[in-house]
Amino acid sequence: MSSELESLYREVILDHSRRPHGRGLVDGGAAESRQVNPMCGDELTVRLHPDATCTRIASVSWTGHGCAISQASASLLHDVMLDLEPNEVAARIAAFREMIRSRGQSAGDEELLGDAVSLAGVSRYVARIKCASLAWVAVEDALQRFEP
Amino acid sequence: MSVQEQLPDVRQHPKSVEPLGLAEVERLRADFPILAERVNGHPLSYLDSAATSQRPLHVLDAEREFLLQANAAVHRGAHTLAAEATEQFEAARATVARFVGAQVNELVWTSNATEALNLVAYGISNASLGRGGAAAAPFRIGPGDEIVVTEMEHHANLVPWQELAARTGATLRAIGLADDGTLRMDDAVEMIGERTRLVCVTAASNVLGTINPVEEIVALAAAVSAIVVLDACQSVPHRATDFAALGVDFAAFSGHKMLGPTGIGALYGRAELLAALPPFLTGGSMITTVTLQEAEYLPPPQRFEAGTQRVSQAIALAAAVRYLDSVGVERIHEWERSLGQRLVVGLEGIAGVRVLGPQSGIDRAGLVAFEVDGVHSHDVGQFLDDRGIAVRVGHHCAQPLHRRYRITSSTRASLYLYNTPDEVDAFLDSVHDVRAFFGADR
Repeated sequence: MSSELESLYREVILDHSRRPHGRGLVDGGAAESRQVNPMCGDELTVRLHPDATCTRIASVSWTGHGCAISQASASLLHDVMLDLEPNEVAARIAAFREMIRSRGQSAGDEELLGDAVSLAGVSRYVARIKCASLAWVAVEDALQRFEP
Repeated sequence: MSVQEQLPDVRQHPKSVEPLGLAEVERLRADFPILAERVNGHPLSYLDSAATSQRPLHVLDAEREFLLQANAAVHRGAHTLAAEATEQFEAARATVARFVGAQVNELVWTSNATEALNLVAYGISNASLGRGGAAAAPFRIGPGDEIVVTEMEHHANLVPWQELAARTGATLRAIGLADDGTLRMDDAVEMIGERTRLVCVTAASNVLGTINPVEEIVALAAAVSAIVVLDACQSVPHRATDFAALGVDFAAFSGHKMLGPTGIGALYGRAELLAALPPFLTGGSMITTVTLQEAEYLPPPQRFEAGTQRVSQAIALAAAVRYLDSVGVERIHEWERSLGQRLVVGLEGIAGVRVLGPQSGIDRAGLVAFEVDGVHSHDVGQFLDDRGIAVRVGHHCAQPLHRRYRITSSTRASLYLYNTPDEVDAFLDSVHDVRAFFGADR
């Protein structure tokens, strides 16, 4: 197996794809978004769950099916998006977008993205950027309807 | 300076009656320099010809020679190049028409098969609005009429009919599929009846590999005077075709799936039907007389060829047809059939792999779509690409079909005349390793 392929499918990505975190929509939630990858027909739905004050995003639950990259990305997103203000969520989406569009030039901001920086290798594979971005685009879309 | 006369393709590959064999295929591969590319450190194995085929030098050279020596707009202008270009353009039409059993006036150039199918759909739509006068009246459809498609249709032979039904109030119905990937002919017999005006079906599925009983469907449609529209994209490049003998009313195919360029395709229509069908795209080049209020139209095929034509592409497609002819399309068919069986048998022998469509031993097109248990098709494709193997992943523009078999996407390997048993075996070896890499075998 080539080292390129192993840098795409890092162990942490394969682990998350096999045992995803936050999978399964939790009841309630303040906003939701469903996104489709037109290339393969894969679908992903995310739900933003507010905290007791309804001003912060306590967590993100999600459901869907897709490739190892899209499933791991949703799982890693779940781990990143815990107890954040809406602008902090937006900052993490922006950091992810910067990394995933870098064509291998950015290792990602670990402070903002945590383990999700393991997806940096995807940025070299143009055809897979959509797979990695699906969950993040869904949260970005849902965030527009999240009203504190 | 006719390009046709200069091209050495027929002389270079004298047509043989012997079956196509590996030695000849290796010689043919030299005509396709792209096949010698290395991808990710491996020799390229191009197993995606059902999406688009590669082009031999003959096709590239024909287009280039035309552009270097005779390029001009056709059917307008009186200068020498314009006359030469028009002559070559029409000679190309004759070559392609002969290849599919059509008269010259029965072959309309389009951008691709999708446009050809839309041409028929919008022509019928326009007839239903009263355009085309009494001659077009037989095409009129409306509420109570039925359009019959099948559950295996490519989106190109489904969405235009959904739209036609929505515009006219006709009802769209779909012939179902059996678990083995074949059309449910009991469904077809039940469904094609007095209300049926159109039957739109593919000659062969680009996912399942199923070869449909077109003759039987034509007979069912003929019994109720319904029009048959055939999606021939997966059949014209791979087996000898005679639309007139087959008895279909319209048929569509694309150049880029048969060694030709993108941007060129064709619609076959029976002469009397094309003569009565109102135009789809309108404008220059398709008219006789135009006033500020109205226009009169040329007879087919030009009535359906509005605007500046794709001249070099048509000439290159004719070169592709001559290339296929020089090898012999039935010999190509046999080669693909035997390689295709090698593919199916090999995939059936790999644990955790499910082949869609007819199982080994059953006649099928030279392609196989399959599902790998526990691994998404994108990941399968990525793994294969790492070894230089190009396959298609996703829904292959056939979402209802995938839904029918309760999957979202699949991986597809498809063959053409230039593929070899070694490529098939390298592919099978790689598929064998997929589940272990992704931990799906644990």
